[in-house]
Amino acid sequence: MSFLLPCPHCGPRPVDEYACFGEVTTRPAGESPSLRDLTEYVYFRDNVAGVQREWWQHRDGCGEWFLAERDTRTNEVLSISEPEPAPPV
Amino acid sequence: MKDIFRVRRMWRQPGELKRRYDVVIVGGGSHGLATAYYLAKRHGITDVCILEKSYIGSGASGRNTTIIRANYRTPEGAAFYRESVALYERLSAELDFNLMFSQHGHLTLAHSDRGMVVSQERAEVNKLLGIKSEVIGPARIRELCPQLDLSDRPAYPIMGALYHPPGGIIRHDAVVWGFARAADRLGVEIHPYTEVTGLERDGDRITAVETTRGRVEAGQVVSATAGWSSLVAGLAGMRLPITTHILQAFVTEPVKPFLDVVIVSGQLHVYVSQTDRGEFLIGAEIEPYTTYKGTGTLSFLEYSARHVLELFPQLERVKVLRTWTGLCDLSPDYSPILGKTEIDNFHLSAGWGTYGFKAAPIVGVTLAELVATGKTPELIAPFALERFHTDTLVSELAAAAVSH
Ligand SMILES: Cc1cc2nc3c(=O)[nH]c(=O)nc-3n(C[C@H](O)[C@H](O)[C@H](O)COP(=O)(O)OP(=O)(O)OC[C@H]3O[C@@H](n4cnc5c(N)ncnc54)[C@H](O)[C@@H]3O)c2cc1C
Ligand SMILES: [Zn+2]
Repeated sequence: MSFLLPCPHCGPRPVDEYACFGEVTTRPAGESPSLRDLTEYVYFRDNVAGVQREWWQHRDGCGEWFLAERDTRTNEVLSISEPEPAPPV
Repeated sequence: MKDIFRVRRMWRQPGELKRRYDVVIVGGGSHGLATAYYLAKRHGITDVCILEKSYIGSGASGRNTTIIRANYRTPEGAAFYRESVALYERLSAELDFNLMFSQHGHLTLAHSDRGMVVSQERAEVNKLLGIKSEVIGPARIRELCPQLDLSDRPAYPIMGALYHPPGGIIRHDAVVWGFARAADRLGVEIHPYTEVTGLERDGDRITAVETTRGRVEAGQVVSATAGWSSLVAGLAGMRLPITTHILQAFVTEPVKPFLDVVIVSGQLHVYVSQTDRGEFLIGAEIEPYTTYKGTGTLSFLEYSARHVLELFPQLERVKVLRTWTGLCDLSPDYSPILGKTEIDNFHLSAGWGTYGFKAAPIVGVTLAELVATGKTPELIAPFALERFHTDTLVSELAAAAVSH
């Protein structure tokens, strides 16, 4: 079996219904980040064997984007949450 | 005569770890073993140990679908894999071990205009590099593989194919064992069940390696840990542009031999070959989320079986024998990450995603040269980790997205 992931709207659904957008990353701070800061942000990942905070979207369901904490060693989903609203530009 | 029934050890039983080695290789898969072999064979460097957390070949090297080919999309990639296929062609003789390499040809099917264009692009890149590769139409496909459903019954009828005659399959365990035996005979120490748990870093150098069996000092360290690469690099305080995913495969019960070419379909996300035992060996896509848990999924079996039946409806009543998974280390551009890092004596073979088995010999040759001479061989210069910092990627998406 793959695993179930709870959607904030639809409850537990098979993982195949979702699109995974990978671990939560932090944008480089400041007005004009260096090329190295940018490439680090775009390409490099922690890729932990353990609890990972990550982006999901209920692609084949209600379409909601949300965050999950999942243990990548067991695929156990520890919690889900809705993202903070984006900061004003 | 009775000797033929005696089981002989292929390599020595591991003794105690020494206090220090010139070269410590982390990971006893095809890449680690090949690197050790070529270090000893071509450079006379034999004070080498391989540290493997489980048994050798327990990673992706013992779990792949064994497809060997050189028909990549970028000139950098194609030239690199071409050298690897050439090494594989001589490897049974060199290692004195039958690797059962059968180069019966490889067909990448196109089911759309876009698929035909991509095939044409790959064929042209390949031809310029002297790699046998051409686009063929349904009539020629029928000659090479009469069992394939070329009618317009399937949802996506077959329009043509990229035909790569030197492509084929090999016995993956034999590659692992052959390299291990040859490296061992040249004096390399193989230590299974020895997990690397720490890397002691002093500025720009790794000085020692902590293991579950004690600490060893190291002149140079090579990580060839595929799906675990981020974790091992993490021990040295480095991040990599890699995510780890599972890739799955399955075999059917054995049936009479009727397929001798390798069939790949990008459209249907599936690839098929028939092994020497008669099993149909089928693989598909990685799971899209990162994970280190090697449990297979029913949805994989359902969709890949359904897609194979589009190609070979005559397999409908054949039973599935077993399925398995392996970890894959995906890089952002579907090209490997090979060679030097920011740490002077720490070298990498990583970013192999779903396609690294075919590269084992050339990885061994080039990494051994790097370790022995301190210089990056031309052939692997485009695959340096540094390319992600300079944003000069080598995109193999067109040739590597169907996982093999
Ligand atoms: C289902 C499947 C199908 C595939 N099909 C193909 C194909 O058709 N053609 C192709 O070319 N490629 C294919 N691949 C990819 C290919 O198998 C891999 O890219 C290749 O085998 C990688 O070899 P390796 O030696 O680098 O890694 P591995 O064989 O994975 O070896 C890495 C080793 O490192 C060890 N290790 C990890 N961490 C530590 C530690 N801390 N200490 C000590 N040891 C450690 C692991 O136990 C493992 O044995 C496939 C992969 C899978 C999973
Ligand atoms: Zn939902």
